Amino acid sequence: MNLLYAKRRFINGFNLAMSLGAMLFGLFWLAWILITLFKAGIGGINPAVFTQMTPPPGSSGGLFNAIAGSLLMTTLGTLIGTPIGIMAGIYLAEYGSRGWLAPLTRFINDILLSAPSIVIGLFIYALYVAMVGHFSGWAGTLALSLIVIPVVIRTTENMLKLVPDTLREAAAALGAPQWKTILQVTLRASRAGVITGILLAIARISGETAPLLFTALNNQFFSSNMNAPMANLPVVIFQFAMSPYEDWQKLAWAGALLITMAVLGLNILARVLFRQKTSL
Amino acid sequence: MELSTSLPAKQAVMADTPNPVDPKRQQFYDLLFRNTTRLFAFLVLLLLAGIIATLVVGSLPSIKQFGFNFLFSTQWNPVTEEFGALVPIVGTLVTSFIALLIGIPVSFGIALYLTELSPRWLKRPLGVAIELLAGIPSIIYGMWGLFIFAPWFADHIEPWMNDHLGKLPFFGPFLEGPPLGIGMLTASLILAIMVIPFIASVMRDVFDIVPPMLKESAYGVGATTWEVVSHVVLPYTRVGVIGGIMLGLGRALGETMAITFVIGNAHELNKSLLMPGNSIASALANEFTEAVGELYTSSLIELGLILFFITFVVLSLSKLLLLQMAKKEGKGT
Amino acid sequence: MTPHSTKISARNFNFYYGKFHALKNVNLDIPEKQVTAFIGPSGCGKSTLLRTLNRMYDLYPGQTAKGELLLDGKNIIDKSVDVNLLRARVGMVFQKPTPFPMSIYDNIAFGVKLYDRLSRSEMDDRVEWALKKAALWEEVKDILGQSGLSLSGGQQQRLCIARSVAVKPDVVLLDEPTSALDPISTAKIEELVYELKSDYTIVIVTHNMQQAARVSDVTAYMYLGELIEVGKTDMIFTNPKQKATEDYITGKFG
Repeated sequence: MNLLYAKRRFINGFNLAMSLGAMLFGLFWLAWILITLFKAGIGGINPAVFTQMTPPPGSSGGLFNAIAGSLLMTTLGTLIGTPIGIMAGIYLAEYGSRGWLAPLTRFINDILLSAPSIVIGLFIYALYVAMVGHFSGWAGTLALSLIVIPVVIRTTENMLKLVPDTLREAAAALGAPQWKTILQVTLRASRAGVITGILLAIARISGETAPLLFTALNNQFFSSNMNAPMANLPVVIFQFAMSPYEDWQKLAWAGALLITMAVLGLNILARVLFRQKTSL
Repeated sequence: MELSTSLPAKQAVMADTPNPVDPKRQQFYDLLFRNTTRLFAFLVLLLLAGIIATLVVGSLPSIKQFGFNFLFSTQWNPVTEEFGALVPIVGTLVTSFIALLIGIPVSFGIALYLTELSPRWLKRPLGVAIELLAGIPSIIYGMWGLFIFAPWFADHIEPWMNDHLGKLPFFGPFLEGPPLGIGMLTASLILAIMVIPFIASVMRDVFDIVPPMLKESAYGVGATTWEVVSHVVLPYTRVGVIGGIMLGLGRALGETMAITFVIGNAHELNKSLLMPGNSIASALANEFTEAVGELYTSSLIELGLILFFITFVVLSLSKLLLLQMAKKEGKGT
Repeated sequence: MTPHSTKISARNFNFYYGKFHALKNVNLDIPEKQVTAFIGPSGCGKSTLLRTLNRMYDLYPGQTAKGELLLDGKNIIDKSVDVNLLRARVGMVFQKPTPFPMSIYDNIAFGVKLYDRLSRSEMDDRVEWALKKAALWEEVKDILGQSGLSLSGGQQQRLCIARSVAVKPDVVLLDEPTSALDPISTAKIEELVYELKSDYTIVIVTHNMQQAARVSDVTAYMYLGELIEVGKTDMIFTNPKQKATEDYITGKFG
């Protein structure tokens, strides 16, 4: 008896120790990566980064055009993708209990959610860039919006489904037509969660490089012309980091730090927002 | 409408002011709204169809030229315009496989720690740390991999591997080679680190949903923590765990930036994992904008199609598997 | 006491959840401007019956009604009846308080805006009137801008009653309105019901027999989907005609 118990205890202890080890393993990499990023990037952060354009190799400069381009495309991509995602999410949550469209859409949406973002870039390239004949900010924006849509659909549907049926019934009991109930009561009740989903989508596309590689391409100068190639942070970082020039590499690290802070900041904001509203 | 004639008060109000609520108009709005949302849902289907169609059309020149051989040829010569997908396909599959091989046990360990072992005050910050790790853009992993990890790996680990593991009977040839730092193994390791927080947080979420009473009844008969996890928690959360793993796999297959920096972009098949290789996503990232000629571009698009196809199949299979498992247990999905 | 006319009547009324026959041949008259209580053990169909009176079941597929349900003589089951207009005339308060995620003011205004176009001052008056009717005005008159969710349970429920009353319905349906509340809030709401009946027809479902005895004028006892007996509350509780009723009243089962 004792032997069996001892063996069980040993296995238990061993596995729990491994589990702690796994946790430390994960934290180790996180720490190493963040510390490296910080050390390498912080040196490069100075006002010039925000005011000057990306330089040719061998000279100093900044990331202004890249930052501006990224902001522009991220914002527009979100503005295009979010309404589509919310509407589709509403369909799935509020009208999706009967018929074939809802289950199929959910299935396809889950696939799109995990689809390689480089394939999305390829899609926009073949569909739009090849047709139009040149790279452009619009192409990049479209690619980003296609990444936003599945994320927003998923979170919107989940958040709407969390709203208890009694709230819908209460609105119906006053004689509200269904569309008013959905827009003015149900959506409003899940407001915090839906916004969190949008923030997470923004965080996701802020860091995406692959979809922009052959859509927006890159631009050495500042341009607000959406119809021409547009500079953006991720592609600039890619180009600069892979190059042999030290100046460029330094800027790449600075840019990497900026993106990471933006993404982490958005994640934290989403988390705080959601916790505040749900603790009401 | 006979019903409204028995509402004298309402009728009086509505007679003076422009009718704020015409029931027919409300019905119209209801129908309009419902169909609009339906349209947007339909858009998702259209999107998928569009992606597949566009990729197929773009691949046609390459398909016509190379046919099925494309999948098995290791040729990749832009000059003679001979292309084959075997190297990138193998690269994609191998890096993902190794990443999951390492990633699944570690993710499980982390999820276990977060749900069963961690002191209460530590749970939230650690959970947040893991999610932050999941949120770091992949290009950061790539850069860190190229500038920090690869050199360190080349200086400290690879020589050790050559000395100690290269002599092993079966695995030996895979694990020895020039200590370049960059290569298939490095790429796989970085991919593993990327995928771990992702799978770990899914597992953690699923473990959290296990009803405490279920675990308590196991503890109540004297089970150890490990036994409760392996005999109660895991079977209960089986569906979610497999779902998480599949999502991680999907992510790994399509990951571009984390491995493009370190995989080496070499179009040759090597036994040694320490040698450079290629993955579909990296090949696309490195070569697409420079590709000249219709056949070159089309071959790259065909690579993209193959990648999409692989991801699509993996995700669909996992969804169907999950549906089957849920049905067997008698629950809805 | 002048006899009350019939506001709602059910004639050979049947209801199904899918294949399950939940209400069997119910025949019932609900008098105007009185309180009618539905009582019976769990699963007897009292809530089901209540929820047919404003066609709440329309929201869910697979639930069907057959027979006649007459409101002022018109069959409301008929497809031609606009269900939203119906619900503006037949209001409902639920078991769990369901304030909307808006300010107290907007909660009340929501229903009113659906059917009446009022100026700002008219709406202010209507909100005040509704809150007074629900005996909530004094407690919230200075915090109308605060979220409805910030009130206590009992206050939230009175808010829901105010919300229902604000649209000036003919009938108010109450589905176990006090089962989630403490005794003091419960007493307040029972007082409210007594006052409201001078203006509205009230139908209340309760699993608390004593509450039915305290509050209602007419009581209907249901069991397993059938209406066993209906009559003046005093009679039902002191001299029931059916043995089944008597068994339930005296607590032989429940």
